Amino acid sequence: MTGPNSLFGPLDPAPDAGYVDAPKRKGFFTDTSVCIGCKACEVACKEWNDVPENLYQMLGTSYDNSHSLNANQWRHVAFIERPGTTPAPDQPAAAPVDIGMPTVGAAPSGVPDEAKPDFQWLMSSDVCKHCTHAACLDVCPTGSLFRSEFGTVVVQDDICNGCGYCVAACPYGVIDRRKGPEGDSRVGIAQKCTLCYDRLTDNQRPACAQACPTESIQYGDVDELRERASERVATLHEQGVMDARLYGNDPEDGVGGTGAFFLLLDEPEVYGLPPDPVVTTKDLPRMYQRAGLAAAAMLAGVAVSFLGRRP
Amino acid sequence: MAEAHPVGFQWVVEAKKRGARIIHVDPRFTRTSALAHQHVPIRVGSDIAFLGGIINHVLQNELDFREYVVNYTNAANIISDKFQDVDDLDGLFSGFDAETRTYDPTSWQFAQEDQQGDLGRAQADDAGDTAAQRNTASGLQNESHGMQVGSRPPRDETLQHPMCVYQVLKRHYARYTPEVVEQICGVSQEDFLEVCRAWTENSGRERTTALVYSVGWTQHSVGVQYIRAGSILQLLTGNMGRPGGGIMALRGHASIQGSTDIPTLFNILPGYLPMPNAEKHQTLTDWIDSVRNPGSKGFWANAGAYGINLLKAYWGDAATPENDFCFDYMPRITGDHGTYRTVLDMIDGKVQGYFLLGQNPAVGSAHGRAQRLGMANLDWLVVRDLFEIESATFWKDSPEVATGEIVPEECRTEVFLFPAASHVEKEGTFTQTQRMLQWREKAVEPPGDARSELWFFYHLGRLVRERLAGSDDERDRPLLDLAWDYPVHGNPEEVAGGWGEPSAEAVLKEINGYEVATGRPLSGFLEMKDDGSTLGGCWIYSGVYADGVNQAARRRSRHDQSFVAPEWGWAWPMNRRILYNRASADPEGRPWSERKAYVWWDEDTQEWTGHDVPDFEKTKPPSYRAPEGSDGVAAIEGIDPFIMQGDGKGALYAPQGLIDGPLPTHYEPVESPFRNLLHGQQGNPTRKEYRRADNPMNPDPRETAAADVFPYVFTTSRLTEHHTAGGMSRYVEHLAELQPEMFVEVSPALAAERGLEHMGWCHVVTARSAIEGRVMVTERLRPLRVEGRTVHQVWMPYHWGQGGLVSGDSANDLFGISLDPNVLIQESKVGTCDVRPGRRPTGPALREYVEGYARRAGVADGDQGPVVTASAAAQQESAAGQDAAQQHSPQQREDQ
Repeated sequence: MTGPNSLFGPLDPAPDAGYVDAPKRKGFFTDTSVCIGCKACEVACKEWNDVPENLYQMLGTSYDNSHSLNANQWRHVAFIERPGTTPAPDQPAAAPVDIGMPTVGAAPSGVPDEAKPDFQWLMSSDVCKHCTHAACLDVCPTGSLFRSEFGTVVVQDDICNGCGYCVAACPYGVIDRRKGPEGDSRVGIAQKCTLCYDRLTDNQRPACAQACPTESIQYGDVDELRERASERVATLHEQGVMDARLYGNDPEDGVGGTGAFFLLLDEPEVYGLPPDPVVTTKDLPRMYQRAGLAAAAMLAGVAVSFLGRRP
Repeated sequence: MAEAHPVGFQWVVEAKKRGARIIHVDPRFTRTSALAHQHVPIRVGSDIAFLGGIINHVLQNELDFREYVVNYTNAANIISDKFQDVDDLDGLFSGFDAETRTYDPTSWQFAQEDQQGDLGRAQADDAGDTAAQRNTASGLQNESHGMQVGSRPPRDETLQHPMCVYQVLKRHYARYTPEVVEQICGVSQEDFLEVCRAWTENSGRERTTALVYSVGWTQHSVGVQYIRAGSILQLLTGNMGRPGGGIMALRGHASIQGSTDIPTLFNILPGYLPMPNAEKHQTLTDWIDSVRNPGSKGFWANAGAYGINLLKAYWGDAATPENDFCFDYMPRITGDHGTYRTVLDMIDGKVQGYFLLGQNPAVGSAHGRAQRLGMANLDWLVVRDLFEIESATFWKDSPEVATGEIVPEECRTEVFLFPAASHVEKEGTFTQTQRMLQWREKAVEPPGDARSELWFFYHLGRLVRERLAGSDDERDRPLLDLAWDYPVHGNPEEVAGGWGEPSAEAVLKEINGYEVATGRPLSGFLEMKDDGSTLGGCWIYSGVYADGVNQAARRRSRHDQSFVAPEWGWAWPMNRRILYNRASADPEGRPWSERKAYVWWDEDTQEWTGHDVPDFEKTKPPSYRAPEGSDGVAAIEGIDPFIMQGDGKGALYAPQGLIDGPLPTHYEPVESPFRNLLHGQQGNPTRKEYRRADNPMNPDPRETAAADVFPYVFTTSRLTEHHTAGGMSRYVEHLAELQPEMFVEVSPALAAERGLEHMGWCHVVTARSAIEGRVMVTERLRPLRVEGRTVHQVWMPYHWGQGGLVSGDSANDLFGISLDPNVLIQESKVGTCDVRPGRRPTGPALREYVEGYARRAGVADGDQGPVVTASAAAQQESAAGQDAAQQHSPQQREDQ
């Protein structure tokens, strides 16, 4: 059951956080079926938000040299080379390796291998999900992380004390404490996408969405984006792209749906996304309840034992 | 396109969303292929065979847009019966002179009633002329001047005459069957036919197809013929001059179109006027007539006005009718002054000074070692760039310093490095591929001493003129008489000190042209006079400042105007968005279809009208037929849409202007592991070569050494993350970290064959150099089956050099210098190589290593073997096709 201040289930986060007359919830719909991997989002994000260098290292994971979302990388484009089903001349077909991950979350498409495109190069721009139920925010002891009037989750650099509770709490591994470069004023501080809070307040689109040349990153009201996303999936299914599925759009999922959600062309794990994320604070009320019960039972037991000893 | 032009690619994505089927033909699977419905891998350098195959498919199945082809192209023109095609002559056309390796194009001409008179008009009379044209890149000096053919060649509109262009074309491409395409290109017949189907099904009355290429396509020893092959196909399918059709060149950086319109090339002047030649253009009239070509159809008839307006713009009041408008002040060209010739001359100590403006040849040009050795042998070098690029630091940290070929303490070149303002730090225009000029304001002040190019050249000119003031030396007159007076603005202190920023808008006004007496800006080039009463710096840009308004600065939203969006920026000529758009209507002047209506003849008002500015005389009806003996504009008939061509027709067949033949034909790249399957003639027989020991080319596949020493094909291109030679990306943190290291992409099969490990090191070797990079093993590269055997293709990006935040070896070091004969562009997209695991040798050992390869391949002395490989009999027969009366005595064999 979702009630006021619930840590689980569907709800509109800004009013839930106490905003009166909040604007509609804002978010991203990232349609990876039109992503061309140009990384303009990564660059625009860094320019606008003054995010310093991440790493100068070739990683060998296709064209991805940013590695992952972290304190110095608030947008991250993943590149996945999905082997073909028919071998090239003189080349053995590479069989997909089952790494034993559970296939929960988005449903498998049921497309037989031979009907799938021959070789695919999947690209997807990942970002903070701005969860309906954000564990990072729930656990933040300083109030540095807050729910904005747009329903997004934002860090305040000047309040964060670098305790790192949020880092462990995020089910997606997004938020991170900045480790470098040396001399950066925010080293040690938790950092992540703010959905360009300072642009939203001026009625501007977030920098990444503004820079995206193919409208792979769409910014807008979350309820409208969800509709658009469903239509897009339907269109792709009509065009025979049966692998298309949404990720994060479902308010009934483990985090109450995300403000930033995705259209994927394969299982979430293929993109490095957790298949069935659950807000880590989901069970907090029950845990408190149980702990309370246990404490009460213990007190009762103590009381009984004292009672029992009375002659 | 998604790799190098991601912003433009949004429209492909948009089209895909609306249901378009995207096919991507590319040697490797790129970010473009990732979004395409179909990726068709092709062997690098085999594109003419591929396009020729589609042309053959169109002709054999009669899928051409017949009404368009008959009326608007030269398909019906009848060619001289002296013409012999490549199938008769083992890969040569008729008229070949083996001594100069050029053609006498006499036998290629259209059959004429008055042969002698008409042939006199040809740009080249014999092979000697053609050799001179190759040196000065002037065969195509009429690239926009159109073919200077007689206006009324004999025609057979039934297209049945055996020597009509249509039938010659059909025979020429008959051998380009799907089987042959598969053999040469490594493209499966199924994939190939799918492309044919897509192209033809989306062409015709109701639909059009656009051909979009990027400039790597031109970087071949047959580069111009690649584009020609595309043009033939687009004309046959009726896709020229129509909305959604055409051929678009996506350029390598902003305003490359602008830098050919107002050129940075040695052979042309603004508006595609030819650079005067010391021998051919002794007088103003010689120069004008070489463009105007009296007797031909078309708008070049007014060339006198265009040339004189340019001279007036240069020399202002000093240019008068009495002194031929200072024509004698114009510098003249005398031969090959192309960039590669100049670099080799630098090595030979013949060049003293060199300006580099936003160019980084130490990394970006073919044969990087030659570039750097050349630059190390100058008196002075001026580099203007955003950062201290390799072309400014080669004397202290280039690979040649490591090999000991350049010794910093002894390098004689004095380098002047000037910080340059970036495009957001200065005002001006960009001209894009649609010929559209877009004005940009200065957004921020340039940092420190960084200044615009305009500032630099204005003040350089000012200072030079100050130094020369009072000189009575005749040779200083051209400089002292220049009209060099631009208003300046900007920082008041700098303006007061005489160092203000010249007004770019004042320059734009001069480019546009104005009335000398009143200063009134011209409304267009039709107002240009040849009597000195008007001046204008670039006739095709005339109109960009019409009514004294900067038309390029217009920014009306596309939502507030028609789909042509004529009020966004300004396109030359005369704000036309599609050239030759008369072809968007049928011969009677009606739209080919409602869906594709664009420009049409309005019977009521008796004029051309439509969505765009008609590219035709406004009141000339479709029924107009030229009176006998007319020339110039009057000779353009109502059904001649290609108004800049000498006969008003689109050129399926080009009897003039091309040094390597009237029809594109498949030749192997200069370096190829394969024999030419079609002919004995292996490569382009007329290509420009510089044979010398410091420019060895890998051997011809005839030599067995070739297969053993350099067995693989390699190509290079750009990554989205970097910009060309890296001057704008490797020095910028947010871009450099995205692709931090040089790498080499290989297929899993090649990796297995050579023992290469993913993310390990490998090095790539040619006869010029060896470079190293990290190995990227990927299925995006696949071996192809060509001529019955497997060929491995290797791909590399070319962004790295020793400077910047991220550094690495430069892929362009691998290429040698061999050029297309028409425009002198280098073959820098295909070569042969070896790939080996591990890092390359360093220091002097690197040269020994590379020279060892060259020796084993037998090319250490720079001799690749013969260029002309057609059979002796074919050579002899072809030579007989030269105009006997004009055969020259064998010319001195100049630098190949």
